[in-house]
Amino acid sequence: MTATQERPADEVEREIGRDRRRKEDQRLITGRTRWTDNITLPGMLHLAMVRSPFAHATITSIDTTAAKASTNVVAVLTGADFGDELGVCINAWAITTDQVTPTHSPMPSDRVSFAGEIVAVVVARTAAEARDAAELVDVEYDELPAALDLKKAAADEVLAHPDLGTNKSALWVFDSGEAGTGGNVEEAIAKARTDGIVIEREYRQQRLIPAFMEPRSVVVDPTGEQNTMWSATQIPHIVRFALAATTGVPESKIRVVAPDVGGGFGGKLQVTPEEWIAWAVGRRLGKPVKYTETRSESLLSAHHGRDQWQKLTLAAEKDGSVTGFKVELLADLGAYVAIVGGGVPVLGAFMFNSIYKFPAYHFACQTVLTNKTWTDAYRGAGRPEATYAIERIMDELAAEVGVDPLVIREKNWIKHEEFPFTTVAGLEYDSGNYEAATARAKEMFGYDELRAEQKQRRESGDTVQLGLGISTFTEMCGLAPSRVLGQLNYGAGGWEHASVRMLATGKVEVITGASAHGQGHETAFSQIVADRLGVAFEDVEVLHGDTQISHKGLDTYGSRSLVVGGEALVRAVDKVIEKARPIAAHLLEASVDDLEYSGGRFSVKGTDQGLAIGEIATAVFTAHNLPDDVEPSIDAEATYDPVNFNYPHGTHLCAMEVDTETGAVKMRKYVCCDDIGNIINPLIVAGQVHGGLVQGIAQALWEEAVYDDAGTLVSGSFVDYLLPTAADTISFEVDHTTSPSTTNTLGTKGVGEAGTIASTPAVVNAVVDAVRHLGVNDIQMPCTPERVWKAINGPGSGGATEGAAMPHFESGGAAGNQEQPGQSSTEGAGS
Amino acid sequence: MIPAAFDYVAPTTVEDALAALAQYGDEAKIIAGGQSLLPVLRMRLNAPEWIIDLGKIESLRGIRDDGDAIVIGAMTPHSVVGSDPLVAEHAGLISKAVEHLADAQVRHRGTFGGALAHADPAGDLGAPALALGAQFVIAGSGGTRTVAADDFFVDLFETAIGEDEILTEVRIPKHTGWGACYEKFVRVAHQWPIVAVAATVKVDGGTISEARIGLTNMGSTPIRARAVEEALAGQSLSEDVVRAAAAKAADGANPPSDLNGDADYRRHLATVLTRRAVVAATGG
Repeated sequence: MTATQERPADEVEREIGRDRRRKEDQRLITGRTRWTDNITLPGMLHLAMVRSPFAHATITSIDTTAAKASTNVVAVLTGADFGDELGVCINAWAITTDQVTPTHSPMPSDRVSFAGEIVAVVVARTAAEARDAAELVDVEYDELPAALDLKKAAADEVLAHPDLGTNKSALWVFDSGEAGTGGNVEEAIAKARTDGIVIEREYRQQRLIPAFMEPRSVVVDPTGEQNTMWSATQIPHIVRFALAATTGVPESKIRVVAPDVGGGFGGKLQVTPEEWIAWAVGRRLGKPVKYTETRSESLLSAHHGRDQWQKLTLAAEKDGSVTGFKVELLADLGAYVAIVGGGVPVLGAFMFNSIYKFPAYHFACQTVLTNKTWTDAYRGAGRPEATYAIERIMDELAAEVGVDPLVIREKNWIKHEEFPFTTVAGLEYDSGNYEAATARAKEMFGYDELRAEQKQRRESGDTVQLGLGISTFTEMCGLAPSRVLGQLNYGAGGWEHASVRMLATGKVEVITGASAHGQGHETAFSQIVADRLGVAFEDVEVLHGDTQISHKGLDTYGSRSLVVGGEALVRAVDKVIEKARPIAAHLLEASVDDLEYSGGRFSVKGTDQGLAIGEIATAVFTAHNLPDDVEPSIDAEATYDPVNFNYPHGTHLCAMEVDTETGAVKMRKYVCCDDIGNIINPLIVAGQVHGGLVQGIAQALWEEAVYDDAGTLVSGSFVDYLLPTAADTISFEVDHTTSPSTTNTLGTKGVGEAGTIASTPAVVNAVVDAVRHLGVNDIQMPCTPERVWKAINGPGSGGATEGAAMPHFESGGAAGNQEQPGQSSTEGAGS
Repeated sequence: MIPAAFDYVAPTTVEDALAALAQYGDEAKIIAGGQSLLPVLRMRLNAPEWIIDLGKIESLRGIRDDGDAIVIGAMTPHSVVGSDPLVAEHAGLISKAVEHLADAQVRHRGTFGGALAHADPAGDLGAPALALGAQFVIAGSGGTRTVAADDFFVDLFETAIGEDEILTEVRIPKHTGWGACYEKFVRVAHQWPIVAVAATVKVDGGTISEARIGLTNMGSTPIRARAVEEALAGQSLSEDVVRAAAAKAADGANPPSDLNGDADYRRHLATVLTRRAVVAATGG
């Protein structure tokens, strides 16, 4: 027998906890890989979409004659050319049984409901010819009044879908008194009004655009026995299911492949009109087709995120002990209820109480349809909104009581000895230590010194004021226990699947249903398998994202890959070892009970006899000498359904300088100490935290999707939708405390969304803290210099964004906005 | 996105370029560094039938000393202008502005003349050129004419360059020994300025002998802050003098309102940034 994998256990460095460079990075960074747009098939045709310029209009006619006559155009198709074969874009989560859900045709033939909606598709031999012909499609519209402003839409003044009779989609309510998880919030508020403190605020969660790096792209090949779709998606398995469910094509006839995918942030957690149209066109014509969106199309029509008004009432005793918290949300769905749709704010419903012991809690969310781009998951999905609200208002409570914001938090948070702790929202937090993370963050930050500097700047009336912002966040991730999803009326489970194939040469193939789009699964999962199975890191290959290879899975979102997918993997690996055990005993002529497994090797206790797992794989391949009644395979698979969510937490501290003359803000220092349980790869974690922080900071300071009065997306390019670069950020200081999760084998917690969830309120709290002594208690996000300056310089300011783009190109409509800035759909929360 | 199809010509002399322009007229568009035109083409905001590329005309590149002026060829890339010692010595305000212009890639592809001819009021070169009293040399079929900076910028994206003309070079009177500062206000580094102030000041023995100040994005063209200049001229340099003068920075300005700020906020910014720019330009 050949020894392929023999490594003495004591010489093997543990893989878990090691800062491995990512094995996938060379091909991803150089682009020498299979992005969807790189895929070219024989005879492939190209698609271009014709999109509505109007937010709401009846389509009166579509003349495709000129487009059809254009060079190398194969077909021009509209919604009317298709029947049921076009399918529909699904909502997987009706948050209430009476949810109002407009039918979402990928290409409506009668009425458009947002600017950017597809009304026709051009098929040509090249992408350029398709685009040229798309300009020739003549669509006549009758404009309808558009429901744009969220609050006005909630009042049903103008209907986004007139046939539905209302814009109100669903009202989702949780009440701790009714649920038996806490007291009555109205009683708490009434009592606080007589002898305590009541803080009432309304915060705006502005609309954001995920702005992933790789635009969405889809290739459909209808020529095989299975029709294949390659798509830049986070969710190949869900796309496959939804295609089968809505187009009538049997699931077994559909293969969906998510090849290397360049970022998603939730923005590719969708079943898109573009995918459905490409599928239908490819099948109609019997030819492979490709569609890749432009950046403008991506910003305009890929789903947006956030977009809420948050009305908050916090009741407390005079000493700052919170007695109740009431949350009333308006959430903008956009024109349709997307796949998760109204579920996004519901994912936040359990998090407004955060790390605190609130005796009473009430949450109500009204989801609202408008004539704007649909909204759905965006990094954190519901939890950033919740964290922002609670962490902002805890600062307001501290200001009211007159104590340091850290003191008010400590007074209310769950003590480390109280875990596991069942919250007022009914969740059981398994582990955590808020005291430890906060102490470490304070030490890294130099909290007391910065407070002293702040005091000095205030006293001297410095032009530049300093503010300190705090965010002691937690979140629920690791989506999700299927039973809980069932109780919430979600249309699928939350399990994950993994399998391990032991190859004849001793190499290992691992298949996961969690499909990475930049997270580094191939590296982290290899580390887990290398450690658990005792094989070399390099010998593990992680396969994913192709429903032919990974036939079962629920994909990647909600910081679930490690804590759910990783656990499935651990269980599959353990099954491999258990399947190998009787074979090892047979080959070693020993009793199963005398074998121990360590470092990738079965050894007979008390002897130097042993066999490496790779040797057993080879023996199974030849199958010449196996025990009776044992199948010639040690491959194994596991499907894991989590028993609970997963609760990472951390303390984030931010120092911001505010130039009181201009309103300009500048980050001075940012430290965070996150408790994400045991860490598999510190380097990947650092990348997730740094990237997450920047995304959250960007909501606080820079990003906002703005529509004008006509429902046109004004921030429709990166000239006006401000994404930060490295030049706009500072070096973050990141550390960790460790309270291992008790609900998974590796003791891990999710980290994919933590930075984004935590950082936004830390930054805004710091900006407000810098100017609170000037009479400011809120600045609407993003905290633009203009808003900050206006907040300092007068009441009623600090609010709305002017609804016009900066003109930089002399042709076209952009410059025309200069003369007539419209009102935006956002309203000022004021100061 | 993919631009609409166009024909392309790349003449090697100014004469040939003018001939092409005369031949194709309205159907042609000149490309210099392409940093503004290419986005327009790719977004299909414009679809000219002909693109006349000036990139192969060697005579349009380079910087030379011409007695009392520095002459910058229209096709000289920003990166060359920004690192040129002649420009730094005699027109320091230009060097300072180029430092802040866009990013390294744009500075290598974009050209000095192209940016000025594009006449984006938020462009970083208009205000410095105006402040320094640049002269724009424009070639046409009837020969060459020179236009003063005050007359060059006509409106949003509109200059004195005729449809059948080409900007060939920009003459910048030497301001040797003048202090300079380009104070640019942005939210993120790669953004066009919300407001910027280009200030160059001559101080003799503690007295401001002359100040020239241009404002970026405070109207449909770059403008001079003449009230500030007048208030500074002949005064002893002091913080109070500068502050009082800078308060007039927005006099007569008609700034835009957009996502980054309304007109009133821009007026306010202009006063603060002007004060800071003058202080910095005078060694403060």
